[in-house]
Amino acid sequence: MTTIEAPRTPVRPAPKRGVNLEKWGWIYMRVSGVVLIVLIFTHLFVNLMLGDGVKAIDFGFVGGKWADPFWQWWDVAMLWLALIHGANGMRTIVNDYTKPGTAQKLLKLALFLAAAVLIVLGTLVVFTFDPCPAGAPADLLPSFCAA
Amino acid sequence: MSTATLEHPPAEADAIQSFTVTFLIRRFDPDVDTEPRWQDFDVEMYATDRVLDALHKIKWEQDGSLTFRRSCAHGICGSDAMRINGRNRLACKTLIKDLDISKPIYVEAIKGLPLEKDLIVDMEPFFASYREVQPFLQANTAAEPGKERVQSVAQRAIFDDTTKCILCAACTSSCPVFWTDGQYFGPAAIVNAHRFIFDSRDDEAKVRLDILNDKEGVWRCRTTFNCTEACPRGIEVTKAIAEVKQAIMRGRP
Repeated sequence: MTTIEAPRTPVRPAPKRGVNLEKWGWIYMRVSGVVLIVLIFTHLFVNLMLGDGVKAIDFGFVGGKWADPFWQWWDVAMLWLALIHGANGMRTIVNDYTKPGTAQKLLKLALFLAAAVLIVLGTLVVFTFDPCPAGAPADLLPSFCAA
Repeated sequence: MSTATLEHPPAEADAIQSFTVTFLIRRFDPDVDTEPRWQDFDVEMYATDRVLDALHKIKWEQDGSLTFRRSCAHGICGSDAMRINGRNRLACKTLIKDLDISKPIYVEAIKGLPLEKDLIVDMEPFFASYREVQPFLQANTAAEPGKERVQSVAQRAIFDDTTKCILCAACTSSCPVFWTDGQYFGPAAIVNAHRFIFDSRDDEAKVRLDILNDKEGVWRCRTTFNCTEACPRGIEVTKAIAEVKQAIMRGRP
């Protein structure tokens, strides 16, 4: 004998109170998308069209940009926003194309690790980049370091 | 003046022209088949006939085992949603003249719900999502005795579009997110939540917004507009879902 469920008993457990990550994920995608349009197109314009244009890009050009805190923060903002935006987008695709289970968990873990490693590595490089490290053999250094 | 009479009775040649239309119907008999199979039928149809008339002709004159749902046959009961030439339509509202009859017309059951027989699917998961959004008026105050609850024309206009839903499941079963695992509430449930969330007489909008703020709630919507395209009642489903998203972000309707 089974008891009849109370009317209005939800089929799913009631949603947890507090922060809803799906909602903030959705908002993040919209906000970061708009910000990235500005960041990326300015980045492309400055690198490829201003001054000597695309011919100006070399080791020295990148080194010069990363000596300026403004471009350091610009590139780090792009790195974080784009990687989280991309990884979250891939996560929704994983949700759409796989069934809940081990495979889905593994794919999401792989996405998280890939994004985390790239973000940490990228941030480290942008802020600690030194085109002329002290004590390096002279033949490996770019020409402008001698000055 | 004598009574006006037809001077020339219509000749044989003026008779309304009929066409032989080929229907390819996806059949599935759970007692016999392990997989659905396509079967073709040739039916004599008029341009003003509907796909439902063709299904009737097949069932009544050619193969009585063809199984499909229909009740009112006039686009209001929502029983005969099916996939016609790859698009979710009501068979009773799809006219032959609107289809390309130089090619066979493909008719199959709606997708994403368990197939039971021929064009019939198990609608229970669909109705379960519908029930979960509490699609009934919940007012905390009693109406004035002997009076209706007053609502202005402007207040009513806000949710007028979503009152038109007939629960045919054409939208939900056209949604690629619903096809994936069937956990998503689906457009129809959100439309019917919208109908009460934005109703000025209802006081439990917050409860419904919390329900739809779920992992499988409105945030899984990818705005592919399949639902808006499929709705036989012309409801702007994707717009309704977007309005629910906005309401969740505001925290009130």
